[in-house]
Amino acid sequence: MASQQQLCVIEGAKVLMVGAGGIGCELLKTLALSGFTNIHIIDMDTIEVSNLNRQFLFRKSHVGQSKAKVARDAVLRFRPQISITPYHANVKDSDFNVDFFKQFNVVLNGLDNLDARRHVNRLCLAADVPLVESGTTGFLGQVTVHVKGKTECYECQPKPTPKTYPVCTITSTPSKFVHCIVWAKDLLFAKMFGDKNQDNDLNVRSGDASSSSEHAEDVFERRKDEDIEQYGRRIYDHVFGYNIEVALSNEETWKNRNRPKPIYYRDILPEEQSQQNGNVDKICATDDPSSVSAMISLGLKNAQDVWSLIENSRIFLEALKLFFAKREKEIGNLSFDKDDQLAVEFVTAAANIRAASFGIPLHSLFEAKGIAGNIVHAVATTNAIIAGLIVIEAIKVLQSDTKNYRMTYCLEHPSRKMLLMPVEPFEPNKSCYVCSETPLTLEVNTQRSKLRDFVDKIVKAKLGMNFPLVMHGAALLYEVGDDLEEDMVANYAANLEKVLSELPSPVTGGTMLTVEDLQQEFSCTINIKHREEFDEEKEPDGMLLSGWTQASPVVKNEKAPIGNGGSTSNALPAVQLDAEDDDELEVLPVGTDTVPAGKKRKLAGSSNATTSGTSSVADETRNHKTQEVLDDDDDDVVMLGDGNSDSSKKRKLL
Amino acid sequence: MDGEELTEQETALYDRQIRVWGVDAQRRLSKAHILVSGMKGTVVEFCKNIVLAGVGSLTLVDDRLVTEEALSANFLIPADESVYDGKSIAELCCDSLKDFNPMVRVSVERGDLTSFGGDFYNKFDVVVVSCCSLAAKKLINEKCRKLSKRVAFYTVDCRDSCGEIFVDLQNYAYSKKKLDETVECRLQYPSFEEAIAVPWRALPRKVSKLYFAMRVIERFEQVEGRNPGETSIADLPGVLKLRKELCEAHSLNESQIPDALLERLVTATREFPPVCAVIGGILGQEVIKAISCKGEPLKNFFFFDAMDGKGIIEDITKPVHLKPSSFGERGVISL
Repeated sequence: MASQQQLCVIEGAKVLMVGAGGIGCELLKTLALSGFTNIHIIDMDTIEVSNLNRQFLFRKSHVGQSKAKVARDAVLRFRPQISITPYHANVKDSDFNVDFFKQFNVVLNGLDNLDARRHVNRLCLAADVPLVESGTTGFLGQVTVHVKGKTECYECQPKPTPKTYPVCTITSTPSKFVHCIVWAKDLLFAKMFGDKNQDNDLNVRSGDASSSSEHAEDVFERRKDEDIEQYGRRIYDHVFGYNIEVALSNEETWKNRNRPKPIYYRDILPEEQSQQNGNVDKICATDDPSSVSAMISLGLKNAQDVWSLIENSRIFLEALKLFFAKREKEIGNLSFDKDDQLAVEFVTAAANIRAASFGIPLHSLFEAKGIAGNIVHAVATTNAIIAGLIVIEAIKVLQSDTKNYRMTYCLEHPSRKMLLMPVEPFEPNKSCYVCSETPLTLEVNTQRSKLRDFVDKIVKAKLGMNFPLVMHGAALLYEVGDDLEEDMVANYAANLEKVLSELPSPVTGGTMLTVEDLQQEFSCTINIKHREEFDEEKEPDGMLLSGWTQASPVVKNEKAPIGNGGSTSNALPAVQLDAEDDDELEVLPVGTDTVPAGKKRKLAGSSNATTSGTSSVADETRNHKTQEVLDDDDDDVVMLGDGNSDSSKKRKLL
Repeated sequence: MDGEELTEQETALYDRQIRVWGVDAQRRLSKAHILVSGMKGTVVEFCKNIVLAGVGSLTLVDDRLVTEEALSANFLIPADESVYDGKSIAELCCDSLKDFNPMVRVSVERGDLTSFGGDFYNKFDVVVVSCCSLAAKKLINEKCRKLSKRVAFYTVDCRDSCGEIFVDLQNYAYSKKKLDETVECRLQYPSFEEAIAVPWRALPRKVSKLYFAMRVIERFEQVEGRNPGETSIADLPGVLKLRKELCEAHSLNESQIPDALLERLVTATREFPPVCAVIGGILGQEVIKAISCKGEPLKNFFFFDAMDGKGIIEDITKPVHLKPSSFGERGVISL
């Protein structure tokens, strides 16, 4: 039970929750039970069936409704006297500005993506409101406290960036199933059903990138009066047969690799050559386009089964046909969605056929869906535990009980007897570009890169800005906003297409740029350094941002055990828990061990820092060479040398 | 496991968790029968977790009627009194839980747990008791142990911002992942009575103070004939006296059970909802592990105190005099 003093701060507090998903449902319940009376909650999502196994405030009848609103109604049933204000909106909307954030005593995050977390972090810093941040994956979870000036901000320790694959691995030389998934989803699916104007590398082959691109445009276009079955087979033969033949013709590629085998329709399904019956209408009794399924049409029931090449080929053709027969209106606007059954079927089948071609083991739809959708493993219990810990920290924050703030890890395997391991928070990182004023450095070829590259790849993608403004001294090079004059908009649009050194106020080596986001009230300085050459594979952006340590994803597990339930302890990143939920996550690299925030720094200076691919942070802690146990006969206090001579930065294990 | 497949509905609903523990574990869960007693905040949290996970059935025991105290950490009881209608707490909770997952059979059993016989306990795979006297805990644990099949037994309690879980899986085999292989392991658990009988001086020096404090309070309620949780600050002198006696008997330094901790435990007997969520979550995870025989279960006590934030496992087992070589860490024998 809370003390009188605690009850007092609890009752008087105005709390903002961001996210009403897995952690959010648990958190809202626990806040209400704990006596909080004024809670605002933002979530842009609507309820889906796969949420119901853990987001216990929702029922099947709620599918399609706003999470924030349904969660509010559900909690009011057992705590009708409290005030809960729901917003069915994106936290990045301009309504949720610094003034909005300032009205709260504490902000609690239950988010599922890095982007939104960074955004909220900046608004909390600008509004000077404490933030309690959280994340879970499977049985692992963590809660951290971020109070401006007192503890590190969410971005003080760099977060791993999304795993990207070299283009030619995807287009020509896949060696893992995930490569086939990326090809099927980002290239083939996008080409067939997505925006036709989008750049697409589907036909790019190492060696002759340009020569066939004209030709390729025609291939994917369905010809006038072309029979849908015929069209499907033509696509099939083109992507699994012809394209492989073309790739094979580049002998250099296959010197040290196994040669793929082209797959043609007539070889896989010869008996169906003449069959022309469109069984589309017969089988799909329903007119609801969202429930159209090739699996149902073909009588395949178990998503856990691994289909044969023949079955995959049938699914591929059937799914393609169903898209044109039942969902033609959407073609051209579709983007892959893991909750779109037909899209998952198409991608699974295409990835499997390609895998077969390259001698890579095939996977079930269930597994393929997990990889394609970057689905994060999620269970109710971890979310409940994490929500409890968030409330405990929130109450400390409301009491300004600074010395007792803790970041807590929820572990799958005990470490030093602990399943829940509290650790003293770090002090702010003095070189953090977000909460300190340390400038960044950008190496870039100023005579080749355009302002657009800089804005898209650095300002938006790396710095996470929403409404950026770029300044060179007093000269505005670029800005975004609703209230801009028309000539300014045109001016900025023109600037975007200009090479940096040819801008009205030229950006060259030695230039200092100021980048600002007015909504986040966040700005930073970037020193430009000119560099001629970049490694296409390692530095695909053609730019290199540095100044605060950028963590890179570390691939350790060779196979990708995603979707293979039960293997979580091997498959999951130790503590980088960017996502509770299953929604549009660009991050989690599949089957890789990500360097968790905090781990790198803690272990710096230790030679065996990255040897253990599977252990949790706690195990690392236990094994840590420089650990010293100060036995005061009352409580264990472990000082962890972090390789930093600044002793104030040592992390204490309590 | 037999080849019975999950239905399409189950696969869709349980998609995210199947990705964590696999189809086999999900099938085992759907055949497990769970009994819980004492519908306070922690047990309510546990019930929610286990119903969402998709167990076969859940049976609730708690004949009490709704009081203000019962409402304090219980989100299963609606605020609208008109639905109470003479229903017991278990019945009200049952109505809400059914709603969480239509695939789980939730029902209520009336009566006193200690009076039920072996036939009754034999229907279950897992028994969880809360708000139970020391004598009742021992008795129910023994009833479970006497059955020919293995029934997993748990006790769980929260006081102030502290919580305790006790686990008895008897003789338990499970598989765990070690690097790339799956290894079979076996654990031998003591009963509740055996565990608390282990002399305190025989325990490792660093055993959680909460372990001792909970034993003192439990004993105090027993000798004073109180219901679980029925204490107040007025009882502190009596509790301190009992601590002295117990510590002397066990040759333990009294400072191992600080006054302040005992004071917290006797005065604030109401549960602290965040701690209920933490303890109910850990308990849910442990029961899921025990049913699925997947992953290392905790042996045999778990403690959480929101004051220091630590969630600690303590192995309170009589030291076994066997050749140390046949034992791995913490008494785990690799098969």
